[in-house]
Amino acid sequence: MFNLFKYSSPASFYPLAGRLAVGFGIASVMLLVIGLYMSFFVAPTDYKQGEGYRIMFIHVPAAWMSMWIYVVMACFAAAGMIWNTRLSSMMASSLAPTGAMFTFIALWTGALWGKPMWGAWWVWDARLTSELILLFLYVGFMALESAIDDPRRAARASGLLALVGVVNVPIIYYSVQWWNTLHQGSSIKVVSGGIETSMSEIMVWTLLVMTFACWFYAVAVSLSRVRSTILERESGTAWVKTLLTGDKA
Amino acid sequence: MGKALLEIKGLECVRGDNQLFSELSFSLEGGSLLHVHGPNGSGKTTLLRAIAGLVLPENGEICWNGEATGRQEDDFNRELLYLGHHYGLKFELTGYENLKVFANLSGAEISEHEVEAALTRFGLAHCVELPVKVLSQGQKRRVALARLLLQRSKLWILDEPFVALDVAAVELLLGVIKAHVGDGGMVILTTHQEVAMDAGKLQHLHLGEKPAASMAAQR
Amino acid sequence: MLSALRCIVMRDLTLAMRHRSDVLTTVFFFIIVVSLFPLGVGPDAALLKEMAAGVVWVAALLASMLSLTRLFADDYNDGTLEQLMLVPQPLVLIVLGKVLAHWIISGLPLVLMSPLLGLQFGLEGDELIMLMLTLLIGTPVLSLLGAIGAALTLGLRGGGVLVSLLVLPLYIPVLIFGAGAVTASAAGMGADGHLSLMGAILLLALVLAPWASAAALRISVE
Repeated sequence: MFNLFKYSSPASFYPLAGRLAVGFGIASVMLLVIGLYMSFFVAPTDYKQGEGYRIMFIHVPAAWMSMWIYVVMACFAAAGMIWNTRLSSMMASSLAPTGAMFTFIALWTGALWGKPMWGAWWVWDARLTSELILLFLYVGFMALESAIDDPRRAARASGLLALVGVVNVPIIYYSVQWWNTLHQGSSIKVVSGGIETSMSEIMVWTLLVMTFACWFYAVAVSLSRVRSTILERESGTAWVKTLLTGDKA
Repeated sequence: MGKALLEIKGLECVRGDNQLFSELSFSLEGGSLLHVHGPNGSGKTTLLRAIAGLVLPENGEICWNGEATGRQEDDFNRELLYLGHHYGLKFELTGYENLKVFANLSGAEISEHEVEAALTRFGLAHCVELPVKVLSQGQKRRVALARLLLQRSKLWILDEPFVALDVAAVELLLGVIKAHVGDGGMVILTTHQEVAMDAGKLQHLHLGEKPAASMAAQR
Repeated sequence: MLSALRCIVMRDLTLAMRHRSDVLTTVFFFIIVVSLFPLGVGPDAALLKEMAAGVVWVAALLASMLSLTRLFADDYNDGTLEQLMLVPQPLVLIVLGKVLAHWIISGLPLVLMSPLLGLQFGLEGDELIMLMLTLLIGTPVLSLLGAIGAALTLGLRGGGVLVSLLVLPLYIPVLIFGAGAVTASAAGMGADGHLSLMGAILLLALVLAPWASAAALRISVE
């Protein structure tokens, strides 16, 4: 992401992370305001699905982010394992809760969307099922990390799990798709594919703005989370002590 | 002689958020014994496990024959015998079966007779065919120690090897250690026992007295 | 190399033979779980036949997972695991040997039991053979993937529950293709596609999973 090698030491990354978190936070809020305005007032009503389709503007970015964050997390985990840098492992674990949250939002909004569109809160659609499994993977990552007391072992073990997961994600995704087409006997027709092709230009723009809002939010939140992790893990070191006493003075 | 086989350079180990030791450097040559001292929690066991390659050090390097142990395939492990707090024995197997498994895996051709001889040396002649679980603590320790005689490793790393042994067995083990050092072998051990050596070199390492400063090896 | 592999497998099999009840527990767990389904959904023969493959497969996943906690844990507790990591043999080989023994102890009995359970659900002839065949290809994958989870959760409190959380999502592809193959062959469609995909998954797991487990063991044994 940034110049990792220059800032790979927690002491020099800490203040940088603080500035970046604020910057991304502000950008995210601004984009979110614009994006929400566009999704509710600017984007036209869908000729097929009426107003209900507007939930897509949060559902699709959340689904994208949930997958993207897992990949980024695995990259950080891999970097942490290869170069044995503490900071990348901390970044990986800071991303996990945000990723899980987006997965949950994607599932939740998917259910809300499904009720009017498909007539059921939950259908075993390939995308929904894969998203559910992704949630399991996030939960497993966080559960493993929190079950290990030693922070170093926790970082390394959960990093390895993230790598195992990212190798499996495509296999799981394609097997679920295969499974879904095999069992596609019922009357359910997946319509999400239909929307994207028939989307007007303004819808695409709204979607993009919302996606960047979510993305910047993820960056801001995980950076501020990594800041507190740094403070916690490095609490014994000199620079944290001077930082804390300096703040008080 | 004279050439350091084992070199520790700037080693730092942490446990949890605690730094156990840092900037620890020493070297060890053939025919010497390193006695590691230190109060509880000073990182003696961690140091031994780090040298054996079971613990990944936070910083620093451990070199065997001039090459980092982590980068050697199995050459270092072939020269190494580590005995820790656990016996490392399967209690359902007999002493003989336990020793045989490790002998097979270490690639050494070891005859049935040699295994029995090693057990007999440690006073376990009558226990060869008994499952380890019926043996006493001291006897279990002796079965584990019998591996010292079988595997012909150069470097022995022994974490509290005298625990649970009776007086006779302590004498016996001291004799075995001295013979090994006398033959040019190397031993690193932790113990509260006084170890007097008449052959080879005796080195002492004190952990955890003053942080960082006193951790260089003392002769 | 091969002699070391054989040595590990024989060691674990000998240990299992001296703890025969552990092996039987897994098999009976498998049988009980499968037998519970008809009690839950009712004795409708057509429905049961349709469910058979899925039920047997899910039960096999659970049974295989149940025995995972013992794969490394016993060796970890008595210190033999760290000794095995220090022998002059590649750790990947040791892991492979242990996984192979684990499969012989806990996977193979499930394969052998499955036709009997399939009969209870009204499967016949080719379907029974297909069920056995998919389990034969699939259960080694369960042992291989499970070893990663077992190695990661070594020595943790609640490791048994945690391992299911980590491993079950990874089992999904095997479940889909395993149960799918039986369903497909029952419906008169060819199951070759399923079987070759399962074979591919097995190969992939065979190549990658022992490395991941070995890395996980190095992390867990500190």
